[in-house]
Amino acid sequence: MSLKVIKEIKFGILSPEAIRKMSVVKIVTADTYDDEGYPIEKGLVDPRLGVIDPGLKCRTCGMRFGECPGHFGHIELARPVIHMGYAKEIYKVLKGVCHNCHRVLLDNEEIKKYARRLKEARVRDVEKQKVLKIIAKQAARRRRYTKNNICPHCGVELPRIRFEKPTTYMENTEKLSPSDIRARLEKISAEDAELLGFDPEVARPEWLILTALPVAPVTVRPSITLESGARSEDDMTHKLVDIIRINQRLRENIDAGAPQLIVEDLWELLQYHVTTYFDNEVSGVPPARHRSGRVLKTLAQRLKGKEGRFRNNLSGKRVDFSARTVISPDPNVSINEVGVPSPVAMELTIPERVTYKTRDELRSLVLRGPSQHPGANYIIRTDGRRKRIPANDEELRKTLAEELDVGYVVERHLQDGDVVLFNRQPSLHRLSIMAHEVRVMPYRTFRLNLCVCPPYNADFDGDEMNLHVPQTEEAQAEALILMRVQEQIISPRYGEPVIGGVQDYISGAYILTREGTEFSRREVEEMLCMAGLGVETSQDKEIWTGKEVFSLLLPPDLNVEYKNKICRRCTTCKEKECPYDGYVVIKDGKLLKGAIDGMAYKARSECKLLDKLVKDYGTDTGRKFLDSITRLILWVLGMKGITVDMNDVELDQDAKDRIDEVLQDGENKVDKLIEAYHNGELEPLPGQSLEETLEKKIMQVLAAARDRAGQIAEEYLGMERFSVIMAKTGAKGNMLDLTQMAACLGQMSVRGERLHRGYNNRSLSHFKENELSARSRGFVRSSYNKGLSPTEFFFHAMGGREGLVDTAVRTAQSGYMQRRLMNAMQDLKVEYDRTVRDNTGLVIQFMYGEDGVDPARSDYGKAVDIDWIIHKHMEAV
Amino acid sequence: MKKIDPTHHELVPRHVVLEEEEVEKLLHVYNITRDKLPLIKAADPVVKAIGARPGQVIKIIRTGSPAGEAVTYRLIIK
Repeated sequence: MSLKVIKEIKFGILSPEAIRKMSVVKIVTADTYDDEGYPIEKGLVDPRLGVIDPGLKCRTCGMRFGECPGHFGHIELARPVIHMGYAKEIYKVLKGVCHNCHRVLLDNEEIKKYARRLKEARVRDVEKQKVLKIIAKQAARRRRYTKNNICPHCGVELPRIRFEKPTTYMENTEKLSPSDIRARLEKISAEDAELLGFDPEVARPEWLILTALPVAPVTVRPSITLESGARSEDDMTHKLVDIIRINQRLRENIDAGAPQLIVEDLWELLQYHVTTYFDNEVSGVPPARHRSGRVLKTLAQRLKGKEGRFRNNLSGKRVDFSARTVISPDPNVSINEVGVPSPVAMELTIPERVTYKTRDELRSLVLRGPSQHPGANYIIRTDGRRKRIPANDEELRKTLAEELDVGYVVERHLQDGDVVLFNRQPSLHRLSIMAHEVRVMPYRTFRLNLCVCPPYNADFDGDEMNLHVPQTEEAQAEALILMRVQEQIISPRYGEPVIGGVQDYISGAYILTREGTEFSRREVEEMLCMAGLGVETSQDKEIWTGKEVFSLLLPPDLNVEYKNKICRRCTTCKEKECPYDGYVVIKDGKLLKGAIDGMAYKARSECKLLDKLVKDYGTDTGRKFLDSITRLILWVLGMKGITVDMNDVELDQDAKDRIDEVLQDGENKVDKLIEAYHNGELEPLPGQSLEETLEKKIMQVLAAARDRAGQIAEEYLGMERFSVIMAKTGAKGNMLDLTQMAACLGQMSVRGERLHRGYNNRSLSHFKENELSARSRGFVRSSYNKGLSPTEFFFHAMGGREGLVDTAVRTAQSGYMQRRLMNAMQDLKVEYDRTVRDNTGLVIQFMYGEDGVDPARSDYGKAVDIDWIIHKHMEAV
Repeated sequence: MKKIDPTHHELVPRHVVLEEEEVEKLLHVYNITRDKLPLIKAADPVVKAIGARPGQVIKIIRTGSPAGEAVTYRLIIK
């Protein structure tokens, strides 16, 4: 058989002939089954429409249930009806065509002009749509003339045409029947149809009106048998019953020569049923209901929306070999691993082929069966037949194990070391799905290392995650090479680690490595042992500093120097002589100076140490470092302890007095500004009104006062307070948060202005109207520690609410923006010649990112770190 | 109104019309056909300023990109 390549797809409209041609049966009766329960011929479940009962054969194609795709039937409508989905298009055509001569309402010159433009635009769809829009507008224009509203071809006067949703068209005051409309559309010439946007080969205008209605195969509207044995039909079938009944009545009435009025009423009713058959949520049409009052789900409802065919069944399919449960933390699993609960491990399987080498192993798994952990659930014989391994028939298990031979496949339980994909929604970037190695554990949660929380954006307040098991060796190998967690330590987004220390691991590292931390040899050995680190320690060293302990985890030839987070940014840096532990020196794998903090290995930041380890020593070293440091620090914290309490933000009286003075001073300055404003002594800033100037100056004064208060508080907040350690090392929070707790909250604002709305000309009823003072416009002088006054509390809530609204709006907007970017760029690809091309081969960039650099392999986005190379070179010289 | 030559503006990168042999070489290097090149309208102010015609290929040399200098090519269309 020769290969055929699809060149193009043409979409058209089903013509009545096409509907009849594809139909296998003309449906005439509204009944479904007879008294014996057999489908009635020419009824709605005619056996030629397909099979829905197992065991029966299709009368059309001879295939069984599940094989036969179903076949369309059709209904001959007694009178034509409007297809509600094309109502708007019909209106457009009616407007643009003469009712008398059926020509398009353009003069010959215009026709020529637009035909040419259309021809030029032929291949470019966007261009073509534009031209068509202009044509439709130009053609309809003549109707709206008050004078000279005549057809350019036959000169007849053109009446106004109105479209009354959903399916009625009025010419002046007269209603146009679907038959009239169809008659008009039929007479439009092929050339004119083309100008109106039709391709007459596949879509004649009159096909917009239905004269024959396709009846969907029974396979898409299967009836279900209730427990009582009664059959319950699908909503679509119900709708078709209605259509056939009314169609029949209409035909009988017409044949009997019934009065025009009755015929029209029935026609209208038929139109209603056909409309709701397509879409039961058309505005202006009461939805068709079931006898029970339930609204029927018809064609459009099946496809539309989140639960529709597209979003639920085509874009989002359910998959096998997956699991989902709550996640919880475990610092003892590697970042590469995921703890899988044993009940999950016994449900998920991997097919493993029996060979001479694996036979004995797999036999023992089969013997253990499906209900003991390293076991198996199924065996697949060489002929492809599957056999379930019984849980409580040991004899049978034995026979199955005996039977096992080369070529058999065993679906064995998930075991330690298997490769699985782990995912947390929303999957916003590629790091939201990574490959982990399985570690089977008791209980019912997935366990993961805390260092991998940042890329997943996971925490443990009830988060759930999904796990997928690749079934073939190829898939497993590919996942392991491309998606393994340790390969993702450096983010492809900005070239910095996304996987790294978080929270206590940062403050813990500081406590371990700061100047003055010492351990006895016993303590060191205990820590290393408990952390499970097989590191050799020297026997004749009794007192260990924290820096020495930390150095045990570093490669012996590592050399790094950097300013860390607690660096005080002195005007002249003393570098290696830094008295504050602020300059880190690692030489030949020994931490000589400085404390380890957020700057060393905190996730999502510029980590000097981790970055260097991964880039210079490889991902294996990076992973080992993270695994061991997290375990070590767990025990450091267990010994040294870390805690936070109210005293962390308590200042002594001296500090409180100074802060009070600064704030009072600020408020006084504000009062003076207000006075100057009232006396007309205030000079407006360029381009601003007097009021704006005043507001701006007040904000400045108060901001300065708060900053000063914060500075004073900082002087008293020393490193002996654990909260300060957390803030300064970058573990959690910052100094601003702490000064807000200790000294003063500062100005609350909404939309960047001081608070002023609420009551008439004042923020709250506690103040005078038009009062401008700091207190009355949302300046919170108290600290969290001192507590807020009632008015301050309310102001704080106002500012806080704006923050919440902003986050909600921002996430919605950025989410939508991201979706659009993803859809626009999803099939762009970097080719081997480093060009970026789309799926048609069109070149987007001649060099990826203009420099061809992969950010994940770069140094903070740059191809090479020149500064470091020079530094190293200078050292060597 | 004063006519402004856009090629003199500091934000406008250098545009050069390619000779036919150069175009052939370019297409050969990237193993592409003409229709796979990015496009630029003949009505583009810079294209008009350098007097390039539809069907010709221009080379755009941007400075100040991460790579120092980035080169791209565009096919002029009507």
